[in-house]
Amino acid sequence: MSIGSWLRDHPRMLERAYGSTKSLFQKLDPVIKRIGYERVDRWISGPEDWSKKIIFNCKMCGQCVLHSTGMTCSMSCPKNLRNGACGGVRANGHCEVKPEMRCVWVEAYERSEQMGTWGHEITHIQPPVNRQLEGSSAWVNMLTGVDQEVPKGWVGINTIPVLEKNGSGS
Amino acid sequence: MSGEMKAGTNLERVLRAGHFAVTAELGPPDSSNPDDVIHEIGVMEGAVDAYNATDASGAHCHMSSVAVSALTAQQGLDPILQISCRDKNRIAIQGDVLGAAALGVGNVLCLTGDDVTAGDQPEAKRVFDFDCMHLLRTLRIMRDKSMFLSGRPLTTAPKLFLGAASNPFAMPYDFRPIRMAKKIEAGADFIQTQYCFDIPRFKEFMKRAVDLGLHEKAFIMVGVGPMKGGRSAEFIRKNVPGVRIPDAIIDRLNGAPKGKKAEEGKKICIELIQQAMEIEGVSGAHIMAYKLEHQVPDIVKGAGLWPRPVMEAVQEPMPEPVPGD
Ligand code: SF4
Repeated sequence: MSIGSWLRDHPRMLERAYGSTKSLFQKLDPVIKRIGYERVDRWISGPEDWSKKIIFNCKMCGQCVLHSTGMTCSMSCPKNLRNGACGGVRANGHCEVKPEMRCVWVEAYERSEQMGTWGHEITHIQPPVNRQLEGSSAWVNMLTGVDQEVPKGWVGINTIPVLEKNGSGS
Repeated sequence: MSGEMKAGTNLERVLRAGHFAVTAELGPPDSSNPDDVIHEIGVMEGAVDAYNATDASGAHCHMSSVAVSALTAQQGLDPILQISCRDKNRIAIQGDVLGAAALGVGNVLCLTGDDVTAGDQPEAKRVFDFDCMHLLRTLRIMRDKSMFLSGRPLTTAPKLFLGAASNPFAMPYDFRPIRMAKKIEAGADFIQTQYCFDIPRFKEFMKRAVDLGLHEKAFIMVGVGPMKGGRSAEFIRKNVPGVRIPDAIIDRLNGAPKGKKAEEGKKICIELIQQAMEIEGVSGAHIMAYKLEHQVPDIVKGAGLWPRPVMEAVQEPMPEPVPGD
């Protein structure tokens, strides 16, 4: 088993790592801002790609929603679904497209159940992907807020009220 | 559930009036001849409330769903335009929907779509710019806010009754009702499920859906279909993504005497509809009779759903200008 798949099976640990990296970036924001977001993007998008590829099989979509999808990269779903699982999942829980692979969304759901903080966000509707952000650093995009921007018609519908009572709210 | 009329299509009126609705799938022809579509509609006429025009299902190319829908509308019948996210990006889809609405299409079923590898041109590029959730919400935005997703205004918004698919028979089972809730939140007014052959699993799914109140927010229709025989059922189970057919059904089909297998398949289909009708929250049946369209009237009669209700046409209200936001 690779280190990546071992880590993916410990979503709680990854979730904590996500939380602390997020707050580290937020603390460093003033410094990063002074250096310039674009320059920092050039520095860190390489290492970010490398490390997230090992751990998450990351596709560098530039707008990371890992914590809302069971710390499982939804872009590694062959259909790129941001709101899976599709109806094609095989009887053994494997992917419709790649029979040798477990469905990314089956894993996302199982892992989200084990997570303490963001697990309930699997019930959120993720907005369409901004394809212009592909290849850029999701951390930098988080700081500039560009990863949260949605098309004008799309207003905040990222929670499902009917399920809020079961989740811990957001 | 009555609720506010969204598009006033025949299907919507039947459902809102509280009738158990029936829809069926039109197999689009591999031809450019409109008569092929008209003939197939004729085979099922009077048996169903609306006709699903599939969008290259199983990633096999046929006459486009927009064209089949428009031809159906021309016959004075009610089409359900299926749109899959596999082949078109957001720009193409929004334009297609305006065009289809202009040609008399009011029902749209929003699908992610089977993968290109399911078809006979697996070397094609898959698009999947949107997923079905994005598609549903975008069409709802076009309808309710009279704008494209980008915010650019429409001069006439399309009147749409929006549908989505759900597969209660695919993993992760616990998540399926939640995902259906998401689709309803995104915009689905009705749901058509994948082929149902497993009533206990469907009951469980519906129980959770009813607990969540989803049957009060959208009309949930059970997907069913006759099988020609054990061999073709096995073929479908093996090759059509997401279809589960229990061994018991296949054994029953195989056990039927030669020449009576299709008859047995029809009987099973009728029984499944009748069992589903007993389940709380089920508002209709969607019949997928691939290459067995001629059986649809018999199935509808057998299930006690004939004749179909004749709905009074709604008075077309003047389109109201919708403010930008
Ligand atoms: S089966 Fe799972 S991983 Fe495969 S395409 Fe569908 S959602 Fe994606």
